[in-house]
Amino acid sequence: MSGRSDVAVERWTRASIVSGFVVAVVIVGLTLVPLVAGANVIDKLTTLLVYIILAAMWNALAGYAGLVSVGQQAFFGIGAYFAIQFSVHGVPAYPSLVLGAVAGAALAAPISYFMLRLHGGEFSIGMWVVAEALHLMVNQDKLVQGETGTSMIALNAYSHAERLAYNYWLALVATVVLLGAVFVLLRSPLGASVQAIRDDEDAAASLGVRVLAAKRTIFILAAFGCAMAGVVWLSTSVTFQPKTNFGVQWTAYMILMALVGGLGTFEGPILGAVIFFIVQDQLGETGVWYLAGLGAAAILFALFLPRGLWGEIEGRFGIRLMPVGYRLRLPDVVTAPKGD
Amino acid sequence: MSLLTLDRLDVRHGLLKAVREVSCDIADGEILALVGANGAGKSTLLRAIAGAHLPAAGRIVFDGVDVTTMRAHNRVALGIALVPEGRRLFTTMTVEENLAVACASGRPGRWSIDTVMTLFPMLRARRKARAGNLSGGERQAVAIGRALVTNPRLILLDEVSLGLAPLVVEGLYRSLHSLFEGGATLVLVEQDLNRVLGVASRVVCMLEGRIVLDGRAGELTRDQIIEAYFGLRRGSGRDDKVQGQP
Amino acid sequence: MNIINLLTQGVLLGGYYALVACGLSLMFGVMRIINLAHGDFAVLGAFLAWTVSDSADISPFLALVAVLPIMAVFGWLVQRGMLERSLRAGMLVPLLSTFGLAIVIENLLFEAYGADTRSLAPMIGDLSFGSWAITDQFNIGYLAALIFALAVLLLGGLSLFLKHTPLGRAIRATAEDADTAELVGINSRAVYGIAAGISVATVALAGTLLAMRATFDPYSGPMQLIFAFESVVIGGIGSLWGTLLGGIILGMAQSIGAQFDPRWFLLTGHLVFLAILAARLLAGQVGARGGLRTSLGIDA
Repeated sequence: MSGRSDVAVERWTRASIVSGFVVAVVIVGLTLVPLVAGANVIDKLTTLLVYIILAAMWNALAGYAGLVSVGQQAFFGIGAYFAIQFSVHGVPAYPSLVLGAVAGAALAAPISYFMLRLHGGEFSIGMWVVAEALHLMVNQDKLVQGETGTSMIALNAYSHAERLAYNYWLALVATVVLLGAVFVLLRSPLGASVQAIRDDEDAAASLGVRVLAAKRTIFILAAFGCAMAGVVWLSTSVTFQPKTNFGVQWTAYMILMALVGGLGTFEGPILGAVIFFIVQDQLGETGVWYLAGLGAAAILFALFLPRGLWGEIEGRFGIRLMPVGYRLRLPDVVTAPKGD
Repeated sequence: MSLLTLDRLDVRHGLLKAVREVSCDIADGEILALVGANGAGKSTLLRAIAGAHLPAAGRIVFDGVDVTTMRAHNRVALGIALVPEGRRLFTTMTVEENLAVACASGRPGRWSIDTVMTLFPMLRARRKARAGNLSGGERQAVAIGRALVTNPRLILLDEVSLGLAPLVVEGLYRSLHSLFEGGATLVLVEQDLNRVLGVASRVVCMLEGRIVLDGRAGELTRDQIIEAYFGLRRGSGRDDKVQGQP
Repeated sequence: MNIINLLTQGVLLGGYYALVACGLSLMFGVMRIINLAHGDFAVLGAFLAWTVSDSADISPFLALVAVLPIMAVFGWLVQRGMLERSLRAGMLVPLLSTFGLAIVIENLLFEAYGADTRSLAPMIGDLSFGSWAITDQFNIGYLAALIFALAVLLLGGLSLFLKHTPLGRAIRATAEDADTAELVGINSRAVYGIAAGISVATVALAGTLLAMRATFDPYSGPMQLIFAFESVVIGGIGSLWGTLLGGIILGMAQSIGAQFDPRWFLLTGHLVFLAILAARLLAGQVGARGGLRTSLGIDA
């Protein structure tokens, strides 16, 4: 029998080692931004980072766990609400924000217990109902006064420049941590099982994959991520308006970014967020035609380009920058087995 | 003029080639036994003929019409009917409704709900019963009846005896006797070689997607069939296609 | 406050919810698609009715003669043009594409009609506010009663249609096993188109009635979708009549909640929905894999 032992399984290819290095440099560079750039740039980058978080989280849910949630705004809003509660009860501003996100994630655990037993569209709308319910309950709080909303007053203690920088760094840390968590998750045994679930849940379960546990982990991670995005948003806008923070448009944005970028890929959501950021920045004020256009884009991508832009690139050119999968390296010459 | 012509048909299941380069002509009135081990490609071939599965390459011509890419329901209108493997009845509907739904395809002919009930008398009593509550033999009768009621010219029967007690199978084949004698064109996929050789006029054996034996039932020996079935005559990795005398 | 009156209002409201929900239930039962644009189709129907009524100066009821066929055709087109592709592409795609469609419809409506809330109530005269006074604490609104009656008629009609007509049988067969249905001569794509047409026509009817009993604007859609979904899930019995029951329970929950505080109308509905969902899941009525799917069937 001729040699088949030259086939190697590897995680890090040349391309991905280079990318890893580039990523590290980029992170360091981004950290230094507030020290050199103007207020406008810092503010916009913060927004971009929020988009990246949202896209990555929705992608983790839908692209990896197969969960299409139309209710992630529940956590986007509830994290901000909890943050304000903490702040009102004396916790300093920035710790309040983080605690608010943590509290949002904590809430996700019991929610997941019921929601994850639903499938497909039932789960989608079920999550939307959860978001609506949370929205309405928050409205009942006298602090919030219905749709009028309130603000996180403690933030005003900082100067504008300080706030900008701190918000930015909070966003950056959150982005790195969350993307890092997704990265680690995908490389872990849990990651393999999650992708198996996405491809065929029954088959995965029959192989002993603990489907529910895997989904719950991703659900809670995504909740935490969306809540972090929500509190960063709160810190940039200072005001909390239930209609805005619990609005379903956040889910619309998430869907679009993840879909356009590439569901089920690691780099896709980042690409999608960047594209969305640019489009939103340039066209965001043009009103309903823009929004209708976003909807049309979602339809077109869903029907004709469901793998998204990065998915197509990955598929066609076989590039994978971040080593979240395995690659087979085949020997240069594969000799055919001789007959007996 | 053959009723059905298969020309170098290739059918895939995803990446797996289930049917490879199958060519065959079936004449009007022939009863063809399609035999082979599990996974040989028989069901896939029947499904491709019926239109439930589009071929990757090759042609299917039925009664002079190229139906290769025609959708299944249109093929029923032309006169092809499949009794699927596992019966696939509409379990939430009654026996009568299962037959009625197929009847609506509108082909004229001698088969109607009534005549099907005459062929399978035990169904008369179970007319209003839900298909899901029937016994195995009754279900198979309904499945066959459902195909008949479309007044087909070509009937494809996939594993009619699957999962049924021998006595029940005996009963079914007895009922089908009039069908066999009546000049219908049938392709029968069966595990039970004895049973099917008793009614068929021609035998085709498949192995790993290819036809490895094709001949008149009377002219082939049992040994020849068994050898082809298990691929026992294979040497150096190449298949032999054994033709009986035409 | 008279409890009978309260419950009656809830029941009548349930009739409206059943009307909105039956199209969703049908589409899901036949095609296994949850159409996230369902509510927006209702609103589209309402705007269409408004436009026809307003420009031809006729009663909205008369306008329905035009609106229903137009919306049925629209539903058929959406199915053949968009949902058919989605169906073959897995589970994510129908949800994503219908979500996108919802956004497109909402914003195009906004573009065409502006943000003003409207109502068809002025065009139906006494019907919108008149009622039978049964006792001095208990009355039944004409419109509410009419809507309930229409709901019962429609659900009954659909049930009969599915059970006793050839097309109804074809739909049921395709819903159970589209592959085999094709093998017995049923054109499954045409069946899907018709089911979608029926679904959208019924929700357009519901939308028009919504416009008569309340106000509507381009963004009213999602709320209707949620009501429809909640009704179907609460009812969960696996039949169209289950949807009516679900709608009634939802309507009653909302009405009772509103009694304590008007702001609790929606919230009580959501909480009751979540509670019933939780209770069902805990009681193990849900299969390990199937979820509540079976309860959304159209087993008539």
